[in-house]
Amino acid sequence: MSSKVALTGNEAVACAMRQIDPDVVAAYPITPQTDIVQYFSQYVADGRVKTEFVTVESEHSAMSATVGASAAGARAMTATSSQGLALMWEIVYIASSLRLPIVMPVVNRALSAPINIHCDHGDTMGARDSGWIQLYSENAQEVYDNTLQAVRIAEHPDVLLPVMVCQDGFITSHALENLVVEDDEFVKRWAGPYKPDRALLDLDRPMTIGALDLQDYYFEHKRSQIEAMNNAGRIVKAVGEEFGKKTGRTYGFFEAYRLDDADIAIVVLNSTAGTAKPVVDALRADGIKAGLLKPRMFRPFPAAELAAVLKGAKAIAVMDRAEGFSAMGGPIFPEIRSALYDVEKKPVVVNYVYGLGGRNIGTKDIKAVYDELAQVAKTGQYSRLVTYLGVRE
Amino acid sequence: MANLKELSTRPEALGCGHRLCAGCGAAPIVRQILMASDKPVVIANATGCLEVSTTVFPYTAWNVPWMHNAFENAAATLSGIEAAYNSLKRQGKYDKEVNFVAFGGDGGTYDIGLQSLSGAMERGHDMVYVCYDNGAYMNTGIQRSSATPLGADTTTSPAGELVPGKRGGRKDLTEIMVAHGIPYVAQGSPSHWNDLVTKAKKAFDVKGPAFINALASCNRGWRHEPADTIAITRLGVETCFWPLYEVEEGKVKVTYKPREKKPVVEFLKAQGRFRHLFKPENKHLLDQIQAEVDKKWEDLLKREA
Amino acid sequence: MSKDRLPGWKDLPRGGVILEAGNAREYETGEWRSTICPKWKPEKCIHCLFCWVYCPDAAIRVENGKMIGIDYKYCKGCGICAKECPVKGKAIDMVPENEATS
Repeated sequence: MSSKVALTGNEAVACAMRQIDPDVVAAYPITPQTDIVQYFSQYVADGRVKTEFVTVESEHSAMSATVGASAAGARAMTATSSQGLALMWEIVYIASSLRLPIVMPVVNRALSAPINIHCDHGDTMGARDSGWIQLYSENAQEVYDNTLQAVRIAEHPDVLLPVMVCQDGFITSHALENLVVEDDEFVKRWAGPYKPDRALLDLDRPMTIGALDLQDYYFEHKRSQIEAMNNAGRIVKAVGEEFGKKTGRTYGFFEAYRLDDADIAIVVLNSTAGTAKPVVDALRADGIKAGLLKPRMFRPFPAAELAAVLKGAKAIAVMDRAEGFSAMGGPIFPEIRSALYDVEKKPVVVNYVYGLGGRNIGTKDIKAVYDELAQVAKTGQYSRLVTYLGVRE
Repeated sequence: MANLKELSTRPEALGCGHRLCAGCGAAPIVRQILMASDKPVVIANATGCLEVSTTVFPYTAWNVPWMHNAFENAAATLSGIEAAYNSLKRQGKYDKEVNFVAFGGDGGTYDIGLQSLSGAMERGHDMVYVCYDNGAYMNTGIQRSSATPLGADTTTSPAGELVPGKRGGRKDLTEIMVAHGIPYVAQGSPSHWNDLVTKAKKAFDVKGPAFINALASCNRGWRHEPADTIAITRLGVETCFWPLYEVEEGKVKVTYKPREKKPVVEFLKAQGRFRHLFKPENKHLLDQIQAEVDKKWEDLLKREA
Repeated sequence: MSKDRLPGWKDLPRGGVILEAGNAREYETGEWRSTICPKWKPEKCIHCLFCWVYCPDAAIRVENGKMIGIDYKYCKGCGICAKECPVKGKAIDMVPENEATS
């Protein structure tokens, strides 16, 4: 029996982790992920999970131990944010290259310097080339659902790649929301027992993991890993549909909100999508054909599907809560533009970088974006390719 | 007392065909440590000579489960493997008995790997960490580490016009491990195989973390003939440069006392990396090295008493 | 050390793992020896097995607790065995390459 509860995003993730009941969790606290680790520690202390919980001495060791546990044949999870993700960065690449189905909730927080504990997407955007599948969540319901689906996606034999499940730091992680949680039995059946086809602890078939490649093999190993990521979208979709059949909440690559006939649209991740939807509704009520696209699966990047759903618009603003330091705006912007490159009648695509370091963004700011988009749609020209929304000049 | 005839019947965990240098001092250490295990072993190996030379894809010289993750995290990786083992065992999903062992050079252990080693030891994982200490980052071409002895010539502490090799002495990692309060810590040398094998068995059998620091010569970095590998590590022991001792539950035992304590210059003059120390203007360094070796040895004997 | 075409990416096990334990046996490091080689004199050998315990390459062949020879397929010619042999007059000498293996 599912139940409607009020939980913060972090509580929801901790709840999902408890229900998944992984064999090993190795984690290190960092704001704003800390609650997850603390709740989980309590579950362990109360005997509510069978997990072997390793309180490692840094995030680098958190991912290292999680990699070791997963390679050994255990279902292994960890969680982090910001500097923690940055510290474990070299091992994050190793996790995906070794094809380990690790699930890691990441609570999005800005990267130093300056040190800032608040929300932006610089951390997980910085890991977008690491070979991990990335799912982004608008609210507590989505982060809960994504964590559950992540286990099935990661462990699927055609994938066997680690998955990051992202949510906005403080905004989602620490805010109390209503959501539906499934019961423990459902999650147990949903996740199923973890049955790896090979494991380091298999003494009868001793393996060597992490060998040295010279110039003659590295490329082939990478090509194999690339194939897994190429296949992953298909599985993310299939798992999202199966989840929908079982819970009534279906997931795909993105949420297209009133986008069908939209002339102007924004592309926005996570909680700001939630802030923007009422703005879309108000514009629609005024007869303006506004829409919104909220990507869920950012890695792999569903270029064809995004192009198909965006191509009808006249003007699109890609909103990035991270800066790419490419002198060309944020990280999602060039990817959306690239996806639309082959479209014959291309929408005009501009970029708004917003919310860095937890700078608040409200409905007024989003309305201003749509107002500018309306102008772009009318003239077919933009005055500014990249706008820094909300910064004091 | 280790019995070589019996040990020779055990299967080799590290087999033939690896690409460690001819006369490598690390390989006999690995063989001697692993032959002491009564249970099957699962190994985590830090980046370094041992790791790269034994696993050049598509070949592996390992006959046992073996994993390399990165340079500084052999201890953390093994912690995760051991945690998985405990978890699966507790759930009735795994029923084998295994000994967990991590190998790292002084590079991956004293320096970049110190944090993850300390964390693993503090958490009390049932594992053995073996450091093969050849006193420099040998795999990347003989750069200094915190284990490099005073005055040694390395590529990042060269003996030059102004500076005679490495400034400052060695970090005492063995004592750092003793300070962690783990059940078993030992220093050994492959030249004294009986001592090392006995210590390895103790380390494997003890419940909780154990640490063994083993002196590994490197004929490239130390500059000696490959045939002299064992002889030189023996000299390291006989001069008390590398005392053979163990600390069991905090109790110190010097497991080998040379009948005749040789002057440390016997050890130093056999190696090209100390050649410049024999210039007259560097005599004070030789004296300093002898004084430090003597002090450490005296302290050790005092602690044992 | 086959000179056949190397495997394509589809033929490789995922994650770069090596599934055949100990297959380095196919890489015969004996080819590294250039000039010298150990020669065993069985009549002098006391089967102490020191050479076996010190050999970095496990290239000393032992059976039933007795040394039976040197595995020239893997011996790199380092000379540790000869140096460490405790027997007076040595049971292992380092000799020119063709002398030992002829």
